[in-house]
Amino acid sequence: MTGYTRDHEWIAAAGGEATVGISHYAQDQLGDVVFVELPQVGKQLRKGDVAAVVESVKAASEVFAPVSGEVVAVNETLTGDPALVNRSPEGDGWFMRLRVTDPTELEGLMDEASYKAFVDTI
Amino acid sequence: MRYLPQTDADRSAMLARIGVPDIDALFADVPKGKLVTDPHGLPRGQGEISVERHMNRLAAKNVAAGSVPFFVGAGAYRHHVPASVDHLIQRSEFLTSYTPYQPEISQGTLQTLFEFQTQVALLTGMEVANGGMYDGSTATAEAILMARRLTGRAKAVLSGGLHPHYRDVAETISRMSGGTHEAMPPAPTAEEDILSRIDDQTACVVVQTPTFYGHLVDLRPIAEACHAKGALLVAVVTEVVSLGAIESPGAQGADIVAAEGQSFGNPLTFGGPYVGLLATRDKFIRQLPGRLTGETVDAAGERGFVLTLSTREQHIRREKATSNICTSSGLCALAFSIHLTLLGSAGLAKLAAINHANAVRLAEVLATVKGIRVLNDTFFNEFTIRVPGNAAEIVEKLTQRGILGGVPVSRLEPDRPDLADLIVVAATELTTADDRSMFAAALAEVL
Amino acid sequence: MLNTAERSRPTQPAPISADDVEAVGKARGIRNEEPLIFEVGRAEVSGVDLPEPETVTSRLGGLERKTELGLPGLSEPEALRHYVRLSKQNYAIDINTYPLGSCTMKHNARLNEKMARLPGFGDIHPLQPLSTVQGAVDLMQELSHWLMTLTGMEAIALSPKAGAHGELCGMMAIKTALAARGEDATRTTVLAPQSAHGTNPATAAVLGYRIESIPARADGTVDPEVVKAKLGPHVAAIMLTNPNTCGLFEPDIIAIADAVHAAGAFFYCDGANLNAILGKVRPGELGVDAMHINLHKTLSTPHGGGGPGSGPVVLSATLAPYAPVPFIRMENGAPVLIEESVHALEGEQPFGRMTAFHGQMGMYVRALAYLLSHGEDGVKSASETAVLNANYVRVGLRDVMTQPFGDRICMHEALFDDRFLEPHGVTTLDFAKAMIDEGYHPMTMYFPLVVHGALLIEPTESESKESLDQFIETMRGLAARAKAGDAASFKTAPHFAPRRRLDETRAARQPRLRWRPAT
Repeated sequence: MTGYTRDHEWIAAAGGEATVGISHYAQDQLGDVVFVELPQVGKQLRKGDVAAVVESVKAASEVFAPVSGEVVAVNETLTGDPALVNRSPEGDGWFMRLRVTDPTELEGLMDEASYKAFVDTI
Repeated sequence: MRYLPQTDADRSAMLARIGVPDIDALFADVPKGKLVTDPHGLPRGQGEISVERHMNRLAAKNVAAGSVPFFVGAGAYRHHVPASVDHLIQRSEFLTSYTPYQPEISQGTLQTLFEFQTQVALLTGMEVANGGMYDGSTATAEAILMARRLTGRAKAVLSGGLHPHYRDVAETISRMSGGTHEAMPPAPTAEEDILSRIDDQTACVVVQTPTFYGHLVDLRPIAEACHAKGALLVAVVTEVVSLGAIESPGAQGADIVAAEGQSFGNPLTFGGPYVGLLATRDKFIRQLPGRLTGETVDAAGERGFVLTLSTREQHIRREKATSNICTSSGLCALAFSIHLTLLGSAGLAKLAAINHANAVRLAEVLATVKGIRVLNDTFFNEFTIRVPGNAAEIVEKLTQRGILGGVPVSRLEPDRPDLADLIVVAATELTTADDRSMFAAALAEVL
Repeated sequence: MLNTAERSRPTQPAPISADDVEAVGKARGIRNEEPLIFEVGRAEVSGVDLPEPETVTSRLGGLERKTELGLPGLSEPEALRHYVRLSKQNYAIDINTYPLGSCTMKHNARLNEKMARLPGFGDIHPLQPLSTVQGAVDLMQELSHWLMTLTGMEAIALSPKAGAHGELCGMMAIKTALAARGEDATRTTVLAPQSAHGTNPATAAVLGYRIESIPARADGTVDPEVVKAKLGPHVAAIMLTNPNTCGLFEPDIIAIADAVHAAGAFFYCDGANLNAILGKVRPGELGVDAMHINLHKTLSTPHGGGGPGSGPVVLSATLAPYAPVPFIRMENGAPVLIEESVHALEGEQPFGRMTAFHGQMGMYVRALAYLLSHGEDGVKSASETAVLNANYVRVGLRDVMTQPFGDRICMHEALFDDRFLEPHGVTTLDFAKAMIDEGYHPMTMYFPLVVHGALLIEPTESESKESLDQFIETMRGLAARAKAGDAASFKTAPHFAPRRRLDETRAARQPRLRWRPAT
């Protein structure tokens, strides 16, 4: 299942690993994404650490690790084609895959419906 | 007051329109008692005639470099600037415009910056350059901060050939910003063992060529040693005319080049304003501070230029910016660029050859003076001489004879008695054969 | 005798029927398109004739350049055309009102340019013997005296190269003073309002400080109670702009300064907006410990398309000892330039050096020429007029545009938000681009960040009443057009500039930061 954070990251966990990206709403707010800075594979992240940076022409935003874990893969395609974040934020435009160290951290996330409700309040 | 267009009647009408009784009503938020009521005791306004008179009087107390045989360099150089350079930079559209934040009506500034960036990249042998820094010393400090961000390491190793002011600026910023630095002792001869200082804590090694003392440094072995330890080589150039004759730092393996661009297009002006150059490799671009102009197209498909990669900068990234720099040195960069456009490769090569030849001749004639020793095997347009006695006193005696005969090293290294007998001496295309013989003759007299 | 040759030349234009005529080439009248120097220059051409070098034995030690320079050259007439054509694609103060808020685009007097070019100022070397440059040191002292007197401060560091460099200098002095008290390790936070210039947090971050934001209260100013709540033994300084970036004088500035000092911290004042109060208020009397002065704003040394600037920092008595080298010491009534820390006397503890040599001498000359021309009466008058002009514009526009903090008097700049545009589908950016079509450089937009779609207008004292009336009329016309529902014409603006809107996304996604030969 896919969970969402109040910082507009999404996280899809399966088999001890989790894929992380930014939500459709987030990419829409950012506008044209022009650059994505990804973490090194092997980096240990704690929940809440800055995991990546996503930039539009006039803004730079931090992407926080929604759960703790080790970076096992990053989406290298974004380096050459940052616009993929705009085209497919919750699909091909994923940012990184983490090996989750504490699965209980997945529990506090919003599901799609409650995230949608949360976005409506902004 | 000639700069203020409004009449008293205008002011009254405007106050009435605003609906306040007097000007001070507009300053109502100023705390009580803090509006200035007593005079400051400063002069009242003056017309052009008396301002000019006053300024002329001050200027007349200075000895203009062009009025005497002149051999002062050490980081700022007296070169001939073509007449059209100063004419062009005084055009209203360049002189009285702002940073090109509205690209549709700033293509002039933006295109010249794009050309400047390309010229700097070509000159330094690097892949990319920014739109300019304040000067060479602050560009060097920014290069060190950049190397620290890129390597995640704190230490800068500074060569003893680095200009002492640059060293002090780098030392100040390192100390204040949580970095460390290791300054090698001054290197008036070319020898220093910098390779042994590079370790796995080293962010960068900062090497100037030609050095403050004039020696040319082969950067290749230093670059190799840096890269073997994961450190970066910052090459510093204070005399950019040398790049017309010497292999570029980029071709020798430098990772960042910081340079003083004054020699092209900019007068001496007692040390500023000048323009710093900062160039690097494409892969480091995200950590390059300062403005960058990039090529794009407009809505009609025409080529145009814009400020780009602005998310590195303070007005967007704030406390996470690569640097706090905002205003840089636009007009000085323009003067640099125009001068270099007029020179072209052919002109620059020739200019460099003249500078070198004049310095070689100067070294030859000074070496004939009894007691004088030229310390350099290699040099471009500047070298160091050892004099029998106190260099500062000798330079002062030369001054009394109407010759500005170089920079005594003790002026910049006052706590190093071992350097008190050294003078750094420069020649450029403006140095004549007569100047050289007068210098030698006067030196023989004062020794 | 009828001269038919003469008669054949029409002296009245034909009536205009069709305006959709296209020029054959890319030029439009006297507006020329201009290629890059790399596309028209040639390596063997030079616009400089130099004598032949003497033949000597090379001392380059085998380090001769082997790679090609690849720098194109232009002959002098080609170079003149290249740069003159490019210049015509720029807007400038000398063309029309340049109402960029916070940037102070006032008239740049040409006398100042002339003075900076006197050989006794322009052609002196920073390291030629001090005995040959006493006039330069005298000038630095005279400028220092003006700046310290007008600001009511104790000392000055002239050398910073620009405003942000001055901020760095002032904050380094503060850091040094804290270290002298043994508190550098514990005071690690700098407070700054959310509305601050980006340079403030960026400067504090360079020095390793943690930045804590202070929210503005509803009227756009800083609440001293909020500051007090954030103060403590961990706070090194507050960085506050006054007048602030919303164009308002901070009414509680003294209470804020007192609280900051009571907590053992310092008050750094960003002097970017000093031009509103110079000669009217002495910042030293408000409790300021350090403040930079942007000579290129307040004292009109030209902006030059983005510099050079100059950012001298005035210091309070507490910070005075820490001013960096070089500094001026009075000895027997004469100013002496002290270049190295080892020459410091008791009570002088310079924290280091900001730049090679002595700072922006060329800008000191221009700034002093400005001050002498104005005199203390003219300086005061310039500040008053800047404030008068801004309020005149504000009042002229307040019924058609929206003010974020209510209808209140401003200082030298008038701030509006985009509430008057939003219902009509026009953005601040669109509005700005439409101003270009009307012959104006847009005001500062989207700054300060605390105001939605901010439009910050700073007319400066250089504008006549007629010029302001014309500006107001144009702005009112544009506002009316937006409200009439003509969003479409805004979206495609500008229509009459050398370029239409540029694709900034493309520039950032595929950076092309230099010319490269076609492959």
